[in-house]
Amino acid sequence: MNDLGSDTFLRFDNVKKSYDQKSLVVKGFDMDVEDGEFITLLGPSGSGKTTVLMMLAGFESVTSGDIAIAGKSINRTAPNKRNIGMVFQNYALFPHMTVAENLAYPLTVRKTPKAQIKERVAEYLKLVELSDFGARRPGQLSGGQRQRVALARAMIFEPTLILMDEPLGALDKNLREQMQFEITRLHKQLGFTVIYVTHDQTEALSMSSRIAVFNDGVVQQCAPPAELYERPSNAFVADFIGENNFVPGKVITLEGTTAQVQTDGGTIVAQAVDGLAIGHACRVSIRPEKLFIPPTSHAHDNALTVRFNTRIYVGDFIRYYFKLPDGTDIIVKVLNDLSAPEFADDAEAQLLWLASDSIAFPAG
Amino acid sequence: MSDTAAGLNPADARNAARDVRRRKLQAFLFVTPLLVFIIFAFVAPIATMLYRSVHNPTVANLVPETLAALDDWSGNAVPDDAVLIQFATDMKRMANDRTSGQLADEINRALPGMSSVVKSTARSLRRVDDAEISANGATLLLEANDRWSDPTTWHALKAAGQVYSSSYYLTSVDLERTADGGIAQRDTQIYVKLYTKTLRMALTITVLTIVLGYPLAFFMAHASDGLANFLMVFVLLPFWTSLLVRTTAWIALLQTNGVVNSSLMALGITDEPIEMLYTQFSTIIAMTHILLPFMVLPLYAVMRGIDSSYMRAAISMGSRPLGAWYKIYLPMSLPGLSAGALLVFIISVGYYITPALVGGTDGQMISNIIAFHMQQSNNWELAAALGSLLLILILLLYWLFDRFVGTDNLKLG
Ligand SMILES: Nc1ncnc2c1ncn2[C@@H]1O[C@H](COP(=O)(O)OP(=O)(O)OP(=O)(O)O)[C@@H](O)[C@H]1O
Ligand SMILES: [Mg+2]
Repeated sequence: MNDLGSDTFLRFDNVKKSYDQKSLVVKGFDMDVEDGEFITLLGPSGSGKTTVLMMLAGFESVTSGDIAIAGKSINRTAPNKRNIGMVFQNYALFPHMTVAENLAYPLTVRKTPKAQIKERVAEYLKLVELSDFGARRPGQLSGGQRQRVALARAMIFEPTLILMDEPLGALDKNLREQMQFEITRLHKQLGFTVIYVTHDQTEALSMSSRIAVFNDGVVQQCAPPAELYERPSNAFVADFIGENNFVPGKVITLEGTTAQVQTDGGTIVAQAVDGLAIGHACRVSIRPEKLFIPPTSHAHDNALTVRFNTRIYVGDFIRYYFKLPDGTDIIVKVLNDLSAPEFADDAEAQLLWLASDSIAFPAG
Repeated sequence: MSDTAAGLNPADARNAARDVRRRKLQAFLFVTPLLVFIIFAFVAPIATMLYRSVHNPTVANLVPETLAALDDWSGNAVPDDAVLIQFATDMKRMANDRTSGQLADEINRALPGMSSVVKSTARSLRRVDDAEISANGATLLLEANDRWSDPTTWHALKAAGQVYSSSYYLTSVDLERTADGGIAQRDTQIYVKLYTKTLRMALTITVLTIVLGYPLAFFMAHASDGLANFLMVFVLLPFWTSLLVRTTAWIALLQTNGVVNSSLMALGITDEPIEMLYTQFSTIIAMTHILLPFMVLPLYAVMRGIDSSYMRAAISMGSRPLGAWYKIYLPMSLPGLSAGALLVFIISVGYYITPALVGGTDGQMISNIIAFHMQQSNNWELAAALGSLLLILILLLYWLFDRFVGTDNLKLG
């Protein structure tokens, strides 16, 4: 066994997984998780999120690499010995047992005394605010209630680690928000560590202490939500998290962390990321809410001339669609107040922004 | 002005009622063909069978006057001459109508050995003059065979002459009515033993199909689609080949010089061929093979619907895989298991062709004896009684099943 840092709670060390002995689904996954963190795995469909979770829970074998908890490799530990709680997307509540029996199950298999089981079940039912529902069958509960039972069942045996695979995927929007709040509350209150999988970035951004963005079996970036949003480390993350505009161009100068980029509409200044080289093609990202249409009192370093295409009324704000001379779409979000301008079809317009709000990534 | 009251006005009510009537008529028309077919092909035959099992007018139609005369008979001596003369007259008529054989069969059933007595008596009375019979019929009858002077014979005739009788049901459970009207065990005990054997064999077959079918269905439900479909072909293969062909194949395998015996001998496991064909063993093996799909299909259908996350959830909570299977998976697959078990059990209780072909005498089941009474001994009434009893038995088992497992727990696919 490797000597793994025993101060980290959970460590993935170059974990790889292949289902078909030909291609890797997870390609060298590395991550250190501290005790009590809320880590979200976010990524497009098929990027290997569930696979990572299943390897951690022990339902899929690890092809190579090591998963360690508190410095001890768990690769060879049977799944029922790992003491990891799980919440499934379909809840996996046992339909032939009542809610209370469902909650009691992990305690029964641990041979906890009857009186103590009863006490603990009542305590956890109270915790998820379902005290009056113990005698019901899962089939007689609403979606949100089932979700809470599933949560309580994953927590009741006090695992130090809880895995959730798209636990809110089957709920409607209002209920999702309510449950997000609920999960955050329980996480804060009980202090367990969470590995959470979701498709929904707002969910990821609002709940997590750190987010690992997955693509194609590789972690593109693992950082706290604000950093991920403000300082994406590559174009995939910039594109995947939130909305973004990309202006194509060519790097002409590079000074420290600033780059000058030549575009069809003129020269602009942006933050540079690693891997940028003078003379090479690049893409400059600017978020739609960081672009301004004059007249404006906002400070700005860059300006581009664009052509108005259309605007869409969304309610609290208005989305403007412009086109760059080369045909690239540029989206601008403007708050729906008196300053929202009107344009004639095909009218020329200026867009302004700060160099610190835009990042130049190598193209391709 | 529009009418906004919450209730229906009379015209609305009429329209609504007409709608409902039309929909009911439509629904009725949809099921009518099936209803007619079921009445014709299922309800009517079963009703006939139930009726037949208690109704047998043959003797009553053959010798009505004799039976009427026997009404006043005391029962402990030879009947009066008047009765004997009446019977002799009837016998002569039957001998000439060639219906005496029917009477011989019927009385023989009530009292074995009577067939030849009736036939020879009929022969000897055929040519006798009517006047002679009216005068001396009693003597002629008693001379023809001395069994006519035994009151037991006349009891048998009287019993056979009853149009409605429970005697076939009594026979079906190895009982009989004694001369004084009581109920006693018959000398030959066949049917109760046969029913028990049938139930025991059906139970064995059901257990065997569970043992073979459950793991297979489990594996198929968790295999990839391609593999599952491939295995499904093997499960369904028995359905696609003729029952007779399969049964014959079993004969070829199990017979004294068959494949199994020669392999066993070649391997040196036995020196002499083992008698496998025409035994209970061969019936059970062949029927298990034939009925396996009825177990696998409902099980597979139910297991396919059980998401793997249930087992995973149970294991992640610390349960060992076997414990998780017992506490979680088994109860969830129970609807399929009970449907399969019920199907296999009920089908095998009434199975006919396989025991008939590979069962020999040892592997016979109740259906075979029913067939025997219909085809060989021509005792349709007893066959009907045995069949009705089988039907009652199955309904009883179904009722028990419903009590303890619940039929709403069934899932047939
Ligand atoms: N049991 C399996 N056998 C073979 N291939 C599998 C298996 N499970 C997943 N895969 C493949 O591995 C890849 C990653 O799958 P995974 O389920 O981990 O994706 P995911 O990120 O969870 O996707 P989603 O967001 O859609 O749930 C996919 O290409 C999938 O087809
Ligand atoms: Mg997934």
